[in-house]
Amino acid sequence: MTALLEVKDLQVRVEDREILHGLTMTVNGGEVHAIMGPNGSGKSTLSHVIAGKPGYEVTGGEILFKGEDLLEMEPDERAAKGVFLAFQYPVEIPGVTTMNFLRTAVNAQRKARGESEYLVPDFLRKVREVAASLNIPMDMLKRGVNVGFSGGEKKRNEVLQMALFQPSLCILDEMDSGLDIDALRVAADGVNALRSPDRAMVVITHYQRLLNYIVPDHVHVMSKGRVVKSGGKELALELEESGYAQYEDAAA
Amino acid sequence: MAAVQETVDRVRQIDVDQYRYGFETIIESEKAPKGLSEDTVRYISAKKNEPAWMLEWRLEAYRRWLTMEEPKWARVEYPKIDFQDLYYYSAPKPKKTIGSIDEIDPEILETYKKLGIPLREIEALEGVVRPEGERRIAVDAVFDSVSVATTFQKELKQAGVIFMPISEAIREHPDLVKQYLGTVVPTSDNFYATLNSAVFSDGSFVYVPPGVRCPMELSTYFRINERNTGQFERTLIIADKGAYVSYLEGCTAPQRDENQLHAAVVELVTHDDAEIKYSTVQNWYPGNSEGKGGIYNFVTKRGDCRGDRSKISWTQVETGSAITWKYPSCILRGDNSRGEFYSIAISNGYQQVDSGTKMIHLGKNTTSRIISKGIAAGKSQNTYRGLVTAHRKATNARNFTACDSLLIGDQCGAHTVPYIEAKNASTLFEHEATTSKISEDVLFYCVQRGLSQEEAVGLVVNGFVKDVLQQLPMEFAVEAQKLISISLEGSVG
Repeated sequence: MTALLEVKDLQVRVEDREILHGLTMTVNGGEVHAIMGPNGSGKSTLSHVIAGKPGYEVTGGEILFKGEDLLEMEPDERAAKGVFLAFQYPVEIPGVTTMNFLRTAVNAQRKARGESEYLVPDFLRKVREVAASLNIPMDMLKRGVNVGFSGGEKKRNEVLQMALFQPSLCILDEMDSGLDIDALRVAADGVNALRSPDRAMVVITHYQRLLNYIVPDHVHVMSKGRVVKSGGKELALELEESGYAQYEDAAA
Repeated sequence: MAAVQETVDRVRQIDVDQYRYGFETIIESEKAPKGLSEDTVRYISAKKNEPAWMLEWRLEAYRRWLTMEEPKWARVEYPKIDFQDLYYYSAPKPKKTIGSIDEIDPEILETYKKLGIPLREIEALEGVVRPEGERRIAVDAVFDSVSVATTFQKELKQAGVIFMPISEAIREHPDLVKQYLGTVVPTSDNFYATLNSAVFSDGSFVYVPPGVRCPMELSTYFRINERNTGQFERTLIIADKGAYVSYLEGCTAPQRDENQLHAAVVELVTHDDAEIKYSTVQNWYPGNSEGKGGIYNFVTKRGDCRGDRSKISWTQVETGSAITWKYPSCILRGDNSRGEFYSIAISNGYQQVDSGTKMIHLGKNTTSRIISKGIAAGKSQNTYRGLVTAHRKATNARNFTACDSLLIGDQCGAHTVPYIEAKNASTLFEHEATTSKISEDVLFYCVQRGLSQEEAVGLVVNGFVKDVLQQLPMEFAVEAQKLISISLEGSVG
């Protein structure tokens, strides 16, 4: 069976600085992987490179997505193929209603895959259903994308998009940042509802707290641009106790 | 990332060169001799069978023009225009009186068809059934210097609305024309308006009688076809007491290496309780990606809210022209009158835009609103220049101004130059201005959701201009939205 995501010996530079120095990991369908590590360990860089954000130079290694060379694809192509990044700081787009944005994005992806565009009534039904499950009032969808949204609303909007697009790989970048416990629970419930055997998730976080709600199958500890330790969910608890300091030395 | 580079290169090629109205219509035309003199003015006036008073009016303007100098205060740069190197009159040949659309040169009809102009009477003539309740638009089409077709004349006549080429109105309704022509933009107003007064060849005339709500949208489509031809159209719209009219104006031109001159004058007059809504989608050829060619657009547009409680609203979408110099303004003379200016000005490539408005508050309790959205991309310069002034007697005058600029890329410029004068203490003027860039983060967010770079820019820009787009009549809003995306093609790289 081909792995959903294979990162092999990935080396990445930003300007003159190497951020990732040979990172390797494999994610299979149905799995939830947590990536933990201190600030500056390269967690967000990894998520950006997988999604195709400009400004990063891949100097070595490869990323295969369902066996295909992901680095050869444009970012929108990756999205259409099922790569989804839930942003740590979702941007605001004034004047563009969330509803319009969602429909434009869904249809762009469907078009890229050679599927027919959603009809408006079908689309509305679908959005209403998903929004209700995430406790998102329809009024919120009439406002500009993320404009004036609270931290919790922004994150729920990310989960809403994830549910609509049905991607096969979801990368959640610091989903817990800026959320109180209640908001975190709603967002995590939304994510858990999306767990399925043909979908994988990569959860990036500083803290073990999020992993109480989204329970991972695998935990990787990153430090200084490498994975320095991998294990099961108990590794996260261990880290909570001992901190990251020991791994900083290991990576050096 | 070879693929990215390839896209960037491909996009750069299409750039502004992808002007889709850049075709030329091959027809014979009749032109005045090149250059400008009293003889040229006499030639034009004679071609139009004008009465003596009109010729005198023109000659007076011409003589005044000789003493004037080109204005230099706008933030635009261009080589000196040789006014003797232009044709001031060009008419499709054979020139004969046109009784119906059938008699128009098929080449010209074909041109308008390509432009998508709804000369819908054609369809009506051919028995095309249109859905019930669809809004109809009467069109006056101006080709180079002359008006070639005005549709729905009969139906408008029944409502008492006069909508015809101004050259015809001068002959058929001389009293109305005499009463209003030059009363909003006097012949002495400015260099280009004075030039226009001397050599204008055609344009539209609209008169809506008291209490009449014009039964359909009126529209004029301007097309410059001939090489080295200046287009000087003159539009005069009068809404008598309690009347209402919505008027749309569209403009295109073929792609040429030389610059072409367009210097129009538009005058609007509203009497008590009347309203004129004037919308423009200007898409003159902007020049190629090296800044060669394109239209010089020097336009004077002004509305006079002469009556109490009258209203004039300008909405413009400016995407074309190499140079735009244009300030649709309102004189708020009547008490409780209202002026509005909604503008989207987009510049790409080497385009230069200096545009804005003047709101001149003279009457009591007059209000005005200015919403300007400037978008600069490529190597273009985009300036908003606006004046809001309240006279001593304009008690309780109110203005709200919001000028927002959006920059795409790092080689363009956006400038805001507001002039505000309040000469009485009861005036309340508000001014807001913002400048922002489309950030990489916003684009990446959209692209990560499956939109292409171009779609992402289009979406963000359409969100930015939404407040203004909403002011346009429906058909125009859809067209304008498409135009905005096309104008910005290749602006991200």
